[in-house]
Amino acid sequence: MKKPNDVILHSVTKVAVVIILTFSIDLFFAGHHDPGGGFIGGLGFASALTLLFLSFNIEWVRENIPIDFKVVTASGVLIAVLTGLGSLIFDAPFLSQTFDYFNLPIFGKTELATAVIFDFGVALAVIGTAVTIILSIAEDR
Amino acid sequence: MNWLPIMILIPFLFALFVPLIYKRLAPRFHTGWFVFFVPLTLFIYLLRFIPAISKGETVHITLPWIPSVGINYSTYLDGLGLIFGLLITGVGTLVILYSIYYMSKHREALHNFYVYLLLFMGAMLGLVFSDNILVLYVFWELTSISSFLLIAYWSQRKKSRQGALKSMLITIFGGLAMLAGFIMLSMMTNTYSIREMLTAIDGITTNLLFLPAMILILLGAFTKSAQFPFSTWLPDAMEAPTPISAYLHSATMVKAGIYLVARFTPVFGGSSEWFWMVSGVGTITLLYGSVNAVKQTDLKALLAYSTISQLGLIMSLLGLGSAAMYFGYGDESTMYAVAVLAAVFHLLNHSTFKGSLFMVVGIIDHETGTRDIRKLGGLMNLMPISFTITIIGSFSMAGLPPFNGFLSKEMFFTAVLQAANLNVFNMETYGMLFPVIAWVASVFTFIYCMILVFKTFTGKYQPKRLEKEAHEAPIGMLIPPIILASLVIAIFFFPNVVSKYLLFPAVDAILPAFAQNEGVHVKISAWHGWNTELFMTIGVVVLGVFMFRLLKKWIRIYGVIPQALTLDHLYNQGLEKIESISYRLTNRYMTDSIRDYLVYIFTFMVLLVGGAIWLLNGISFDSSNDAPISMYEAGLVAGIIIAACTVLFSKSRITSLIAVGSLGYLVSMLFVIFRAPDLALTQLVVETVTTALFLLCFYHLPELSKNIGRMRFKATNLIISIGVGMVVTILALSANGNRLFDPISSYFEDSYELAGARNIVNAILVDFRGFDTMLEISVLCIAGLGVYTLIKLRLTGRDKE
Repeated sequence: MKKPNDVILHSVTKVAVVIILTFSIDLFFAGHHDPGGGFIGGLGFASALTLLFLSFNIEWVRENIPIDFKVVTASGVLIAVLTGLGSLIFDAPFLSQTFDYFNLPIFGKTELATAVIFDFGVALAVIGTAVTIILSIAEDR
Repeated sequence: MNWLPIMILIPFLFALFVPLIYKRLAPRFHTGWFVFFVPLTLFIYLLRFIPAISKGETVHITLPWIPSVGINYSTYLDGLGLIFGLLITGVGTLVILYSIYYMSKHREALHNFYVYLLLFMGAMLGLVFSDNILVLYVFWELTSISSFLLIAYWSQRKKSRQGALKSMLITIFGGLAMLAGFIMLSMMTNTYSIREMLTAIDGITTNLLFLPAMILILLGAFTKSAQFPFSTWLPDAMEAPTPISAYLHSATMVKAGIYLVARFTPVFGGSSEWFWMVSGVGTITLLYGSVNAVKQTDLKALLAYSTISQLGLIMSLLGLGSAAMYFGYGDESTMYAVAVLAAVFHLLNHSTFKGSLFMVVGIIDHETGTRDIRKLGGLMNLMPISFTITIIGSFSMAGLPPFNGFLSKEMFFTAVLQAANLNVFNMETYGMLFPVIAWVASVFTFIYCMILVFKTFTGKYQPKRLEKEAHEAPIGMLIPPIILASLVIAIFFFPNVVSKYLLFPAVDAILPAFAQNEGVHVKISAWHGWNTELFMTIGVVVLGVFMFRLLKKWIRIYGVIPQALTLDHLYNQGLEKIESISYRLTNRYMTDSIRDYLVYIFTFMVLLVGGAIWLLNGISFDSSNDAPISMYEAGLVAGIIIAACTVLFSKSRITSLIAVGSLGYLVSMLFVIFRAPDLALTQLVVETVTTALFLLCFYHLPELSKNIGRMRFKATNLIISIGVGMVVTILALSANGNRLFDPISSYFEDSYELAGARNIVNAILVDFRGFDTMLEISVLCIAGLGVYTLIKLRLTGRDKE
């Protein structure tokens, strides 16, 4: 197979991936009050990774991001379930979420919500599933 | 705090640890020693209940499980449950002790064996102590499953697998029938609790569902207890290791059906259908089993048929005893209530003598290498202890004194003679059949007992035909049958101790109407003068000895019965037919073509959803509250339509793909216009990722054929696609037109106070409906792993080729 000349694609990707990743992390945290959340953040993250896979070859990305995405999926679901179980310790129904306001050193008055932990599980599950599916189909040669 | 519900779960808990113990300590340490203490502890624990239960107390503990639909893990201990519980744990202890010597710790996969055994023990305990019928059903099926696993324990043998499959098919079939019966019963009484049903029985006897429920529940009992014509699985189940045959297939599991009939006698008893079905099937089974046992050449098969016959005996006693319910409490009905006492008594006796016999047959198999009567003989001098135990067990089974079988056999004769005098349920016409059949069956029982003793232990010793040199078993293997055999004799001499503490409470549980008065307190005695029963027994012995002497002359009669008429043959034929018919039927519609499957799915959807809307008059369009359509919206919808048409008519895949992608983006634009940024964002990203996925999948798709333009016009596909489109459109519009409930959105509007989040959508996702999200990501995870596994499996399969 002849090697395609894709300097422009590579250069753009390198910049774009950083922007997309930052944006999806922002989306993830924005989710509490503004549009965003674990699902969208996770999908954005996955699409950044997909862009990497498309423009560079899979083996190269694999070497540099040595993560088993099946484990990511499973740990995401596990985190979500565990936060649900956590509420049982406080004698609340399964999956009850709570929140409160704290005065943190740098951030000032900040709202901390347990829902974010649950949302993190959702994000991990989404990233893991999307990348697992794409990778397994791509590798099926 | 009463520990009964937890005690039931102990076998399950221990089952978790068995593999660990096995891994650590095998083969130095026999895993059985670890398991041995489970039933022993439970047995001692249950013994402590005897004084309280014999005074007429019961224990009832309810732990809520799914209280919203009335399913509770409620345990109930009365006389009936206790006698079964003691049998399960008592025989269980002895069987595990026996298995420690029977199962080699070097060759066998003991961890599997003991896990299955503990699973069975827990299920059986749960079955007899459950008050909730749905919980009872779960434990019931669990016994079938663990029995399946135990029969197929030596899974390398074809016969083991076949026997296991047969037993499971038949018992699970019965179990499902029983479940249907249970549901009908709960529909009639509005409860799942057996105890609460008893208070509601008066109103249900005339119910239309009464008879179907009775028949279905009896189906479950008959299949489990190997009653005719479902008995065919029990002989094949003898492929299991002998400790299992002794435990499951003679002492406990096959008695679950007896338990069920006894438990439901207060509900159904007193009706003529119940009387005839239970006693009729029981009597036929009694005759069938004993006649067939005589021709067996395999010792375990002989015992299997004898178990069938003895179970039939107990079943028919329960049926005859249910007549007492018809009369209510009184002198006349007490005579029939004695039949129930005899049933419980024989249940206990059968477990003692049959358990010891199975163990001895296992010893013979273990020490000589065969169970074939034709090869055995003359073992009396070589295995004297086994011989003694066999004599005790067989003579008890044959109904001879001084063994406990004599007592219950005499009581059985009393019961059938009483039944012959019964003048209800058409018994005046057919009543005489009961004593006649019972007597004939007893003669055959006597003959096979003699075969068991004398063909094995007397005659000529044939060392050349045996695989091993015969010798007496190690003492550990002999202790369990010796204990059971001594019980056989002890019960004969002290029957009234047993009846006071175990039998009367059990009878009280089966016949609550009697318990409220004085109960059935009949003294059991070995000698009651020269009465008909004694003459019947003497007749059995005389004719039995005579026929056993001439066995060679008439055994050939069995060859006359054509093979095509045996139950085994019918079962095999039926199974073959069912398999081939369902195979052909399935092949009709499972065409391996995705197009066909889509046609099924969409047709079904159109019929179901469209039909439901049509039938329920759901079509209603209400445009009064609709917002006016703006120019942007109109433009976007036009774009969407154009994109959709492009997909249909484009000739290259890339074009279609781009059209699909732009369609998705247009939809997300629509979301933006409707001010749903979350949806729009999600839709945008999803479109991007799926487009990438599509691109990847292109690699695997075949070339689009050149003559795609001349693709044949298919009317059905057109109708289905138009139908789907119409149904979905109507559904969406009608959903707006039918407002049956107040919208719940006002609740979500308080999300900032409730969840501290200003973003309602996300608050719904992670907080208000967090359960949905959790299950959604679980589904997502399963789907992802599914895709991964399918592709990787295919890859490895290709590598192998």
